[in-house]
Amino acid sequence: MSTEQETQLTATRYRKYVYVWLSLIVLTSLTVSVARLHLTSYAILIAILIATTKAGIVVTFFMHLKNEPLILRLMLFVALLAFTLIALLTFSDVWYR
Amino acid sequence: MEKTETAHAVHTRDIEGAKMGMWVFLFTEMLLFGGLFLLYSVYRSKYSAEFHGSAAELDIVLGTLNTVILLTSSLTMVLSISALRKGHRGLSSLFQGMTILLAIIFLVNKYLEWSTHIHHGIYPDSPALLAMERGQIIFFSLYYVMTGIHGLHVLIGAGVIAGTLVFTTQGKLGPDNFVMLENTGLYWHFVDIIWIYLFPLFYLIV
Repeated sequence: MSTEQETQLTATRYRKYVYVWLSLIVLTSLTVSVARLHLTSYAILIAILIATTKAGIVVTFFMHLKNEPLILRLMLFVALLAFTLIALLTFSDVWYR
Repeated sequence: MEKTETAHAVHTRDIEGAKMGMWVFLFTEMLLFGGLFLLYSVYRSKYSAEFHGSAAELDIVLGTLNTVILLTSSLTMVLSISALRKGHRGLSSLFQGMTILLAIIFLVNKYLEWSTHIHHGIYPDSPALLAMERGQIIFFSLYYVMTGIHGLHVLIGAGVIAGTLVFTTQGKLGPDNFVMLENTGLYWHFVDIIWIYLFPLFYLIV
């Protein structure tokens, strides 16, 4: 019984990751389809949004951040915030030069 | 009883520490690629038309194929960790082998892509490239540097997975000692995320 339960648990976990992979494939085909519409000005925004959604899915499920302690999520937040600030400072320099 | 509990607590803390160290390393990697992405953004806003024109040289089908290959390799990587944690070393080894195989296929595609560009005379400092407009020169320079550094990461990742594969078959990695494979997975998924951004920025802006 316990072995069977364990196998069942393994199966569900494997299946969960296959679903996560499927969602990533769907988002990839979505981003390729959107690119073919040639939405010039919005294209890049949509592409970045889809890429960020995919990155979020990879971090949450494949990198197991969902199961990690709060401190690790805070560290990632601080790292992303630091990069965002560097990006904003760079862009403000370029835009108002 | 108390002794085993303490030992268990120490062991748990060790795993957390190892993972945290890996994440900190990945933050430095994020800044490495982040700087290049900023360079891309600034020049793209400056040479928008040339960037769009240059992207036509890239093969969307091959780029999409490589995206699917890397996403699938991330799946086999995470499955190998699940298998190892369940104590299925054979299955874990199989998934790790599949991940290495997908990494090699990715690099072969990359080689074919680069060969095509080089065949067309487009490679760093080539006469054909230097004769192009400034924005196009910058686009291809960024393309070679960013996909090159990313490809190097794929190569290193495949090498590290080859190492964990050996340790898994030797029985050095198992349900009680999986953090090395977990950290290898973190690195591999990070490399996948970089490609998730490289793909639309270089291939899908036609």
